[in-house]
Amino acid sequence: MITKEEVGHVAHLARLHFSEEEQDKFTSQLNDILTYIDKLNQVDTAGIPPTTHAISLNNAFREDVVKESIGRDLALTNAPDEKGSCFRVPKVIE
Amino acid sequence: MELSRLTIHELQEMIKKGETTSSDIVESVFKRIDAVEDKVRSYITLLRDSALEEAQQADREIKKGNIKTLSGIPIAVKDIMCTRGVRTTCGSRILHNYVPPYDSTVVMKLREAGAIFVGKANMDEFAMGSSTETSYFEITKNPWDLERIPGGSSGGSAAAVAADECIASLGSDTGGSIRQPAALCGVVGLKPTYGRVSRFGLIAFASSLDQIGPFTKDVEDCAILMNLIAGHDPMDSTSVPTSVPDYREYLSRGIAGWTVGIPKEYFIEGIDPEVSGAIEKAIKEIEGLGAKCIEVSLPHTDYCVAAYYIVAPAEASSNLARYDGVRYGLRSESGEGEDLLEMYKRTRSEGFGAEVKRRIMIGTYALSSGYYDAYYKKASQVRTLIKRDFEESFKKCDVILTPTTPTPAFKIGEKTDDPLQMYLSDIFTLSANLAGIPGISVPCGYTKAGLPIGLQLLAGHFEEGKLIQIASAYEKHSKTEKRRPEI
Repeated sequence: MITKEEVGHVAHLARLHFSEEEQDKFTSQLNDILTYIDKLNQVDTAGIPPTTHAISLNNAFREDVVKESIGRDLALTNAPDEKGSCFRVPKVIE
Repeated sequence: MELSRLTIHELQEMIKKGETTSSDIVESVFKRIDAVEDKVRSYITLLRDSALEEAQQADREIKKGNIKTLSGIPIAVKDIMCTRGVRTTCGSRILHNYVPPYDSTVVMKLREAGAIFVGKANMDEFAMGSSTETSYFEITKNPWDLERIPGGSSGGSAAAVAADECIASLGSDTGGSIRQPAALCGVVGLKPTYGRVSRFGLIAFASSLDQIGPFTKDVEDCAILMNLIAGHDPMDSTSVPTSVPDYREYLSRGIAGWTVGIPKEYFIEGIDPEVSGAIEKAIKEIEGLGAKCIEVSLPHTDYCVAAYYIVAPAEASSNLARYDGVRYGLRSESGEGEDLLEMYKRTRSEGFGAEVKRRIMIGTYALSSGYYDAYYKKASQVRTLIKRDFEESFKKCDVILTPTTPTPAFKIGEKTDDPLQMYLSDIFTLSANLAGIPGISVPCGYTKAGLPIGLQLLAGHFEEGKLIQIASAYEKHSKTEKRRPEI
């Protein structure tokens, strides 16, 4: 079972904020889902390697050659707030 | 005959013979959009002006004899694929104003082949959903019954093809998001093998599961689009550098002597009797084409939904961490004296919808300290077993046949309050993503109420050719009637 307090903690980790009401609703929905997911414990997985990608892939290496890339001006066109050649954000340190 | 109703290969022929022009085709498609889009709502963004302009350019090239595979053909793209200079929202408020500075590889490939882009199709927010109801922008309706959902998450792409609002489209499939809406809208939809099609420029949901694939009006068009989009891309290190066959060559080979596996675990309680009836009829027809149908077993089927709803949200929670209101997309207007952390939280809470937040929460929880082994590692191990089930079965058969969905299209609003019920509607499609194998959905009849039913065929890694071969044989020779929706 996940408690309402844990939901609050996970929300903080995920950089989300919920109202009291939302937190109640999410706690109950997440519990329904996690209870369902508990059925995975019926499966014996001792000694079974985990699959992270379904196709076996090797590292894709390439020569380190400089190629054309998206320029600074273009990269900044979607910025909600920018100044000069930088993304601007609210104050981080005093 | 309205041009918008035709297929890519029919229009190609007409263009080659000089019987029609790209401008006529594009105008016909927009005439259709004007007539039905208010009801169906397939698109988030329409590209009328640029499409008409591109069509005139295409016609000039065609006149010079410069005809490419998709010269002048109107195509729709799910709004999860980046289009240079054209807003790409992923169905989310957090990207409501995002204009990509580059094209996704698939869009570039279709552009080079001469395609005309009609618009960006509606979708569940970040492709998380099975009904297109989680889109921030609008709810797409099923063209066969406007009170019902078109499926999801690529609901707009499927509905646009079914409603003749484009000739063909692209979608993406992380747990069934091409095959399920294809089934519910009565069109052909193919999810390729993981790594077959480049994901460069596809906004990431679950990176080990996502694949791009086509929605088409018939199997031949599916082969045509696969020929264009498949193949290695240096920009996507998970795309596989194996050669791509000409998929059109599989269209008329037939399936005499084939063995088709029917997994007993897919014929469960809760499956709609009209769906199982249509599948049983399809099995008989496929036997009539010279294939032998045998029972196979995929013993871990019952655990697919549980494994998927750990793996996919875990990857999503990590992928969606990038939406922080700094580099692109929404930034919440912060209050006086608010710091960076508060800005992040406020932006993400205002920018994401409930289903996306739910999955970020599940994923963050499953990956958080102390729970990783119990959830993510466990699910990844079960994933191995699900994959092995398929490997064992494909030793005995060429392809596996199942229903695409347990029921026909459900009513709008029917499952929005119960996330788990919504998740269970993907019960037959998730396994292919977990195993990385290709799957196709082809229409196989209608319910008494006139809703389409889909037949799913699955094959081993990189065997899309086999899927096209059997789907084409079935489409050509089955006695299943072909209807069109009346909107």
